[in-house]
Amino acid sequence: MSSMRELYQEMIIDHSRSPRNHKKLDHPDLSARGHNPLCGDEIDLEVKRGEDGVLSEIGFEATACAICTASASILTETLKGKSEEDARAIFHRFHSTVTGEVEDPYPSELMKLEVFTGVKDYPSRVKCATLAWHTLIQALDENNGEASTE
Amino acid sequence: MNAGDPMSLNVHEIQKHFPGLNQQVHGHRLVYLDSAATTQKPVAVMEAVDSVYRQDCANVHRGVHTLSERATARFEGVRKVVAGFLGISDSREVIFTRGVTESMNLLANTLCHLDSGFQPGDEILISSLDHHANIVPWQLISEKMGTVLKVIPCDDAGELILSDLDQWISEKTRVVSVGHVSNAIGTVNDIDTIFAEARKVGAITILDAAQSAPHMSISPKEIDCDFLTFSGHKTYGPTGAGVLWGKKELLDRMPPWQGGGDMIRTVSFEESSFAETPWKFEAGTPDIAAVIGLGAALEFLDSMGRDKVCSHETRLLQKIESALKSMDGVNVVGEPSLRACCVSFTLDGVHPHDAATIMDQNGVAIRAGHHCAMPLMKRLGLPATIRASVGMHNDEADVEALLESVEAVREIFA
Ligand SMILES: Cc1ncc(COP(=O)(O)O)c(C=O)c1O
Repeated sequence: MSSMRELYQEMIIDHSRSPRNHKKLDHPDLSARGHNPLCGDEIDLEVKRGEDGVLSEIGFEATACAICTASASILTETLKGKSEEDARAIFHRFHSTVTGEVEDPYPSELMKLEVFTGVKDYPSRVKCATLAWHTLIQALDENNGEASTE
Repeated sequence: MNAGDPMSLNVHEIQKHFPGLNQQVHGHRLVYLDSAATTQKPVAVMEAVDSVYRQDCANVHRGVHTLSERATARFEGVRKVVAGFLGISDSREVIFTRGVTESMNLLANTLCHLDSGFQPGDEILISSLDHHANIVPWQLISEKMGTVLKVIPCDDAGELILSDLDQWISEKTRVVSVGHVSNAIGTVNDIDTIFAEARKVGAITILDAAQSAPHMSISPKEIDCDFLTFSGHKTYGPTGAGVLWGKKELLDRMPPWQGGGDMIRTVSFEESSFAETPWKFEAGTPDIAAVIGLGAALEFLDSMGRDKVCSHETRLLQKIESALKSMDGVNVVGEPSLRACCVSFTLDGVHPHDAATIMDQNGVAIRAGHHCAMPLMKRLGLPATIRASVGMHNDEADVEALLESVEAVREIFA
């Protein structure tokens, strides 16, 4: 069971039970819906931009598994106040870590993302960890769209 | 299980037929509780498939050389095995398809042209417990033909509501196509009542037997339907072959579906004439080895005694259901009065997908998801469930392992 404890670390369980920024935003600038047809995870993500273009607020609502919900919750904290460019760079970093392409440790300001690294050993669950992130990128790309992990 | 009782299955002996069961998953004995998705395969099936490629590898219906004659004889022989399995006398009523999905697409696309064809406003009736395979083909054909898709609703127990069937079946109803057993929650539907009402208005009746064929005796004569279909890979056979049975007088009147080789009598560029039933519906080279494997699977299933298999599985399902119900925070989905195939459940505070990963880590293979029955999940207000489905090889130890793995999930999420 120890590998399960590693996959479902305290922080994941905590964020899945009490997701941060699990709310609708007033007058969001961007939004997108993500859907993982395999397990039925669904997420609506909204973004407000500050005057300088930074992602000043991110909110989401999800019906999803623990890994997906925790990942969305930690995303909202990690990317708050980041520029669009930084957000895309962090997405790439996160994506290549959970798919096992990159094994370097995260820089200290992204350390929270470390809890998802175990997901790389569960290929069917990688999509759960990345759904919120794909959804955010979709929102940035299209201003409004539907993201899918397919 | 009481091995000495001639009326009960010797499960220990049966397990020896399934080499796939004899392995470790994440350091635990594999406990396979996903037969509703596809069954494990017995040695007899593997040997049948293997021998096709080793000795009788040839195309069917088109050679006079020895190998082709052998392959053809074995392939056509399976039609008789299927006829025996279904208790029908004319094996020309047996059409080989890839499975239920292909059978339903064949039926939707040919019945719509039968006789005067579907007219706009004609109705097709399915049920709210049905698999996408019995929903989407009728939706597609309805878009094309202007027919209206109607759905028999279900109650909170997961049973179809049949008290006001006349609301759903009328002179406009052309086809009534329903599943025998729900793959999502295990309800055995009262198809006798539904089909009796359908016959009164002369509607064509179709039974999706995907989840009943492996678990109980099914005979189209007793059921009194026009078509019946099942998938070989859920009845211990290989993937790639399934069966569509239909009444010959209907099949004869139906147009072919796909065109190509094997289904024709003569072809000129002006017109073609078609082979007879059933070959008219079997265009192109079929999955010969899979069909021959299917024959071996049905013989294997019959040799175990289908009534014994049924009562063994029913006992296991009752055990699973009552054990799950006695656990705190476990919710069994649906409470059908007759159950086969599976038990579906949810755990408080745990998404089924997380549960599936943890249970797999304990060697327990179950399915988490919507089970290709999204409308039903919506009706029940659930995004997904955990489904434990049984096969003839499952035993009490498997039930114990299932319950332990559920405990393991609850520990992680405690
Ligand atoms: C009730 C039911 N109908 C139809 C199907 C589709 O079967 P296949 O994928 O073999 O065509 C399934 C398979 O899950 C099923 O359970």
